[in-house]
Order: sequence, then structure tokens, then C-alpha cells
Amino acid sequence: MIEIRWHGRGGQGAVTASQVTAEAAIIEGKYAQAFPEFGAERRGAPVKAYTRIDEKPIYIRSPIVEPDIVVILDPSLLVSEPVLDGLKKNGWVIINSKKPVDEIRKTLGRSDVKIARVDADTIALQILKVPIVNTAMLGVLVKATQIVSLDSIIDAVSRRFSERIAKLNIEVVKKAYEEAEVSG
Amino acid sequence: MVKRTSLSSNYAVAYAVKMADVDVIAAYPITPQTHIVEKLSEFIANGELDAEMIHVESEHSAMSATIGASAAGARVFTATASQGLELMHEILHIASGMRLPIVMAVASRALSPPINIWSDYSDIMNARDTGWIIYIVSSAQEAFDTIIQAYKLAENKEVLLPVMVAFDGFVLSHTFEAVDLPEEEEVRRFIPKQVTWYTLDPENPMTLGPLGPPEWYYEFKYQQVVALNKALEIAKQVDDEYGKVFGRKYGLVEPYRLDDAEIAIVAYGALASTAKAAVDEARKNGVKVGLLRLRLFRPSPVEEIAKYLENVKAVGVMDRAISFGAPYGGPVFADIMEALYMKGVDTLLSSFILGIGGRPMYLHDVLTVINKVKEIAESGRRTIETYYIGVRE
Amino acid sequence: MAKSSRYVPPPSTGWRKLPIGAVIPWPGNSEEYKTGSWRTLRPVIDQERCIRCAICWMYCPDAAIIELKQEYTTKAGRKYDKTYVVNYDYCKGCGICANECPVKAIKMEPEVK
Repeated sequence: MIEIRWHGRGGQGAVTASQVTAEAAIIEGKYAQAFPEFGAERRGAPVKAYTRIDEKPIYIRSPIVEPDIVVILDPSLLVSEPVLDGLKKNGWVIINSKKPVDEIRKTLGRSDVKIARVDADTIALQILKVPIVNTAMLGVLVKATQIVSLDSIIDAVSRRFSERIAKLNIEVVKKAYEEAEVSG
Repeated sequence: MVKRTSLSSNYAVAYAVKMADVDVIAAYPITPQTHIVEKLSEFIANGELDAEMIHVESEHSAMSATIGASAAGARVFTATASQGLELMHEILHIASGMRLPIVMAVASRALSPPINIWSDYSDIMNARDTGWIIYIVSSAQEAFDTIIQAYKLAENKEVLLPVMVAFDGFVLSHTFEAVDLPEEEEVRRFIPKQVTWYTLDPENPMTLGPLGPPEWYYEFKYQQVVALNKALEIAKQVDDEYGKVFGRKYGLVEPYRLDDAEIAIVAYGALASTAKAAVDEARKNGVKVGLLRLRLFRPSPVEEIAKYLENVKAVGVMDRAISFGAPYGGPVFADIMEALYMKGVDTLLSSFILGIGGRPMYLHDVLTVINKVKEIAESGRRTIETYYIGVRE
Repeated sequence: MAKSSRYVPPPSTGWRKLPIGAVIPWPGNSEEYKTGSWRTLRPVIDQERCIRCAICWMYCPDAAIIELKQEYTTKAGRKYDKTYVVNYDYCKGCGICANECPVKAIKMEPEVK
């Protein structure tokens, strides 16, 4: 089972990204679960969301405490939130950042994790004209971890949004996929 | 053709209600149920569902309007949670007493105070004696399937009782997972619209909801007793028929790895799902434990409870609600104890409370319960303590 | 269960024979239930004073004022084409008619003199 924990701020689309990833896994015939950190949603406040993916039915329904992957939609959360809590050894940090991977690694202070990053802000602003970075992060996530294929993510994005919005977001996913810097 | 998609339990319920082709929906928004009626409003606005959405001013009115519409022969739906279900309480009795086949979804949530929007089953437990049929489901797929089954059961001429389909607020209501959606036509063939109950009709006037003085009242209550007992049998039939048509059936209780189990745990809702993972984990460590998931809470499936638990040395019942001042343990614990005692099953029972007010229920919490039940089985001694798992000293 | 209108199940009827949900599917069977014996005072309409305004007919909570298509001529020669009478089978003697009558044409008289 692969467990992903998403960290973002209300309005960045972490919850949607967690759901699109689950949908992509379901498209591939896998089992998946996506759920938010439960409570009231507030724009700008730190939020968490979770995705589980497995080849067999998933019974466990508690929040993820030892993720295989953390996806960080907002680099400022690195300092304000315990985003790396419980992240497994050799796990992935997928982060929205303008800084190169080496510099990010120094900030994280962990040598036992893999890192992938993209400048999701710039891509989102360029294509969507709004700083909603979730779909850019999906591009990096699949490139680095291959938990689902790029095609499945694109399929899931097109199911999730209206045609016009989906088209733009697919562009975002592809661009982030191309531009992602992955350090295994 | 079956369409596999990802849906939360809230959305799964909305799809089921749409496919059931309901005529009238009356609801008042409350977290964590609101998504259901939002989605249904969307279906109506899109023209995908031809139904009347009545926006009422309270849950008391929601159930009242639902009763009115049902009494006029409409297929109806409403949804609520927590304080909403409490405010409805008076009218719940009227729905069952008037024998109206209303279906309601409840995204179970704790009761105030302190204000808490998260999940437990205090609301559902308070509805125990309202004369409603009450299911507690464990996944989004089961939420979908059970809503369809609920209409079939409620509208059965031998039953004619309202049905509540409950599931954990947030833990299920807001969790997206795979759901297989059947063809709408197939669902509509399974639950054809036939008005099987007494309705208001100017051509054929009758009185609904009259006074029932002492000479008459008792007989009508006894009819409800008989109908609710009958519902046990019909619920099984409906589940079997559903299984034949749609390929999924659940039973009134669901046994998990109980065949060779020496000890057992009992759970309901989302916790029963996590408990399966815990049973798998414990078995890896050589603990012969099984799980009995309660799916039908009312009427109580006594025969099944006794059948699956008769050979285990000890049973731990996990409750998601507190029964304040009860002789022993949680509300479902009392049911299990009663069922086993009356069926002559002698086993070491213990009661566990957890997941109150949305407190997360981790795998290790269930493993703690399993270990305690194992200890009790090994000691061979009866315990009268109720274990409040995870409460801080 | 389909019984003709105004059927009233006998007091010995068991639960199996009663319609579920306490529904009364026999419209008008309340007419079989005479409430006239509840009265201690009975309204008596003075046809001479009555001006046929129908206020008593509207106010009666038991629909126990009956409008008859029956002509009446007062001693003073005033002609009416309607007459109002009390249905003593159902009148409970509440006195609302007497209270509402604008010309005081209805008197409440003791049932037992």
C-alpha cells in the first residue's frame, strides 16, 4: 500500500489533488481512498489531505501517520508545519519550490528521503492565471514516483473538471511533468 | 454497463437517490451531510432528476414535509446528522407510526456540547427506539447499495416502515473511494414505483394521523412490532435479490475471519473496516481473532449475532457512542449481551468505547482492544469494566 | 379491509384486522359517533328573531347547524327561503353559536329542566 499525505493551504487544491490521484488509481483498476483532514475548510489555513493506493481492497480508515510520500503545495509550510512527520525512510518529498533540490535537502535536514520539485506557482500563474498549484504537483508526483501513469492522471483530471478547465489543467500537468527536477 | 468511479459516501448516497427516482426531497443543511442534498440539487437543476426540493427551516420541518409528501404517495428522501436528527426526533416516531416508507441518510456525528462536527454514533443510538429500520454501513459502495435496498425494504407491503442509512461523518461521508454505479434503468427495474401504502387521495378520502385512544393505540403499536420483526426476514430477501441483480450482498451482519476464531471483536461503520485490517495484523502475530460487523442495527439480527459468536471464548464490543448511566458498557454492547444471553451463548463479554467526537481510530487502538479481549479469554474471568480507549487521564 | 363508507370496527377488533398506521379508510365514519349526549345546555334557535345571516352555521365547530331549504315567514311578515336548525345528534352544547349570534336569536337552555 502506498500512503500519501498532502500539505497545502486552503484554496490551493490539496483535497482535490488527493481525490484526482485516487481516481487515477481507480482508473487503473487499483483500490484507492482519498480524504481530507476532517473539519471546517478555511482559505489560507494549513490543510492536510490523504491518499491511499493499493492492489487489494483497503480496510484501514484512519489518518496517515507514516506516509510513503508527502506532497507540499506551499513551500512556506516547511517552516510552519511538521510536514515531514512520520515520513518513511526512502520516502518522497514532492514540493512546490523555486529552489534547486540540493538547497531543499539542506532545509529539510533529512538525507534519507528522495526529493522532487517544480516551480508550480509559475506554471499555474502562466497557464491558469491563478495560483492553484494542485495539478502541477500531480505532474511532479507521477514523474517522480510513478504510482500511477501520466495518462491516468490526465484521464482523472478530465473527469474531474469541466472541459475548458480540464484542458488547461492537463497542460499544467504536462508542463510540470516535463519541468520537474527529480533527485532519487 | 457498470461504471466504476470514485465517490464519497455522501455522493454515493446522492447517486442512489437519483437512480431511485425520488419525487420529493426536503432537507435542511448540516455538516457532514450537506454534500448529499447539494448534489441532489445539482441533479435537479441539470434535469437529471425530476424531483421537488423543499428547502425547509429546520430538521423538524424536513421530516414533517417528508411525511406529508410520503402520505401523498411520493417516493421521498431526506438526510441529516447530529443535532438535526435530535431536532427531528419527535417526528421520527410519527413517520414510523404512520407506516410511511421514508428513506433517510444520516452522516453520523457527535452531539453538543461542546460543539463537535466530527463523527461518532451518539445521534443514531438516540434513534434506536423510534421504530425505524436502521442500517450502519461501512463503505461508499455499501452506502449506495443500501439506499437502493432501503427503498425496496421500506416499500414492501409487509414492512412499510421508514429506513435510516447511517455512516460515519467525514470518515465515510468525505472519503472518496471506488464505487461501481449500475445502470439507472436497472436500479429502476429493481425498485419500481408502486404506491403500496395508504395515501391521501381526494377521490378516495381517508383519515391519516387520527387520535388513538387507549382502546385502539396499543394494537397499532403492536402492528409496528410485527412489521419490524418481519423486516428482518425481508431485509435478508432484499439483500439476496440485490446480490443476484447487482453482484453485491452484505448480509445483516458481516463475519470476518470468524471461522476458526478463538476470540472476536464486534464493530460497526468505518471502525469495522479498520478493524478488518487490525484482525489481519493480529493474526500475523498468531492471535486467532475474528470480527463481526453489525450492519443492521434495528431490527436486531439476533440469530446471526448468536450464530457467529457462539464458539468464541471472549467477545469485545467496540462502541462509537456512550450510553450514560447504562448498567454496563456502550449501546451496541448491550444489544450483543442481550442477544447472546437470550440465545444461551455463554462467552466472556467486554465493552470498549472509542472514536468519540471524531477522535481518530488507529489500527493500534483496535489492536489494544484485541489484546485486552485476548487477556480476558486467557484469564477466563468476567470483567465488569467498560474500557474507554484513548481517553486522557 | 375495504369496507363501505361509515364502517366502524367493533371494539373487539384485533391488531390483524385494523388498517396499519391508524389510518381510517372509511370516510365519514365519524358520523356514527354521536356526541349529542355530551351536552348540558342546548342551543335553541328563535326562528322569529333569526335573520338567516349564517354566522352560527360558519362558527359551529361540529358542523351541527343545518341549513334547510325551508321557507319561513315571521309574524311580522318577513319572508325567508332558508331555515337554520340544530342537529342535536352532534351538537355538544358549546354555546359558540349563541355567543356569536348578532341578534341574540339563540338561547342556551338546560338539557334537563
